[in-house]
Amino acid sequence: MTAWRRVEEARAGWLMAGPALAAILLFFLLPAAASLVLSFTDFDIYALADIGNLRFVGLQNYQRLLDNPLFWKAMTNSLLFVVIGTPFVVLLPLFAAMLVNSRWLSWRPLWRVALFAPYVTTLVATSVVWRYLLHTRYGLVNYLLSRIDIAPIDWLGSPTASLPAILLFVGWKTFGYNMIIFLAALQTVPSELDEAARIDGAGRCTRLRHVTLPAIAPTLLLVSLLTVAAMFQLFAEPYVMTQGGPAGSTVTILYFMYEEGFKWWNLGSGAAVAFLLFLCILAVTLVQLGVAKRGGAL
Amino acid sequence: MRLRRATITLLAALVAFVTAAPLFWMLSVSFMAPGEASAFPPPLLPANPGLDNYRLLFTSFGIGRFLANSLLVSALATLLALIFTVPAGYAFAKLRFRGRDAIFRLLVAALVVPGQIGMLPLFLELKAMGLVNSYAGALVPWLAGIFGIFLVRQYCLSIPDEMLEAARIDGAGEGQILRRIVLPILSPVIVTLALFVFLSSWNDFMWPLIILADQHLYTLPVALAAMSRQHVQDNELMMAGAVVTTLPVLILFLSLQRFYLAGLLAGSVKG
Repeated sequence: MTAWRRVEEARAGWLMAGPALAAILLFFLLPAAASLVLSFTDFDIYALADIGNLRFVGLQNYQRLLDNPLFWKAMTNSLLFVVIGTPFVVLLPLFAAMLVNSRWLSWRPLWRVALFAPYVTTLVATSVVWRYLLHTRYGLVNYLLSRIDIAPIDWLGSPTASLPAILLFVGWKTFGYNMIIFLAALQTVPSELDEAARIDGAGRCTRLRHVTLPAIAPTLLLVSLLTVAAMFQLFAEPYVMTQGGPAGSTVTILYFMYEEGFKWWNLGSGAAVAFLLFLCILAVTLVQLGVAKRGGAL
Repeated sequence: MRLRRATITLLAALVAFVTAAPLFWMLSVSFMAPGEASAFPPPLLPANPGLDNYRLLFTSFGIGRFLANSLLVSALATLLALIFTVPAGYAFAKLRFRGRDAIFRLLVAALVVPGQIGMLPLFLELKAMGLVNSYAGALVPWLAGIFGIFLVRQYCLSIPDEMLEAARIDGAGEGQILRRIVLPILSPVIVTLALFVFLSSWNDFMWPLIILADQHLYTLPVALAAMSRQHVQDNELMMAGAVVTTLPVLILFLSLQRFYLAGLLAGSVKG
């Protein structure tokens, strides 16, 4: 009886997990692995028409990419997004979470939902809204700046302002997600601990450094890992707001991959870009984990 | 004390106002007459609020069709994702089968791989299957939701084994146990997962942009992006388009936010 039940249970387990596993294998893992293989071929529009035109070219795609200034531009832009954007998109939500977590705050749920709302909006729709907000002549942002005597900035039309402009939008859009995660972490910090430190005469900064931060360190690590990965994956923002311009100043790696693959149909070269993107994310993740381990956050 | 409460609350209100302002402005400008928003200083409220932009969107731009497309794709994505991931999540939590833990560790490791890495080969794979430029192709990534499996598995771990054993002793088959006992317990997490998939597939842009070539198949974000490239100057019209695109998900989130936030937090714990 029990042995039969065991077999029955295992059979049911495979039956229930099987379809999802097959889908993951077929539509996620296999394509991801195939990306590496594809990157060693010259798959292009001719191979798309007739697979007989396909040849293995070794590392040629990678060689060409390294010689392509636009690839380096995309790489630099994505790194800039990561380096400038991550602290901004991690720290502001942390402060917001502390504010919302304050025991002096009234109507907490209202503020929480208002701050979170942009995260669930449609990226393309709010990109359109922000393109208008950042309009040089009629945008609300430049109007507010004009009130404090700052000359209009050509946010999306100048190669120096376009990246910060998109970052401003990304910050607004993803703010709420990080804030909610921090808020949950802050609520696990025992208030007695903070209270005790306060009675002992510890100031606000000391308490933040010695009580709050150590308690939320793992969350801080998690949020920054997720943020770095997200910053490497910006696509719709430049697609809608700047189309990669001006002068390639907002071409991200993913945008470059899209154009390489689906505009010029250089699928071999596009796959090489995809694989390099994966390596970048993996490298930064490992570095962050290493730093965290040394710092004792894990 | 009261002063402190007032200051903190005022500060939070200010930050919340700045965050919500773009959304309110989008709504306000969408009711303005054509050209009204192209002025300095930018008008905050419409002089004569009207629905002309929305009328134009539905009559001349056929946005009704894109709205219907988006509804269809998101509803199907949600349904399929639930059918695929809920039983799998339960199986990984509660059913003992050979290789289960090894496979699960593999799935955890696979989370590091962003979906975009395989987009080009997936496109070729679907082309070979004849699914490019069809909703079947657009729906495929939603079948492979590792996150959903995690979410359901985590919830299932809290179901006591004794309960399932008792049902087995009473002679219930494994399928019956899933349907009669497990699914009712899982209903909160099913709502959460459904909400997640619906919102994500509604907001998804890159994959539908790649896989859907015919304009009549476009989902709202793809249609809006195409429209915004042609009508850069028509701010009022574009704001109305943004409202049509984003209002359904915003309302859905606001009415079911408890379920959404629960899933968000459960999802972050796994890392």
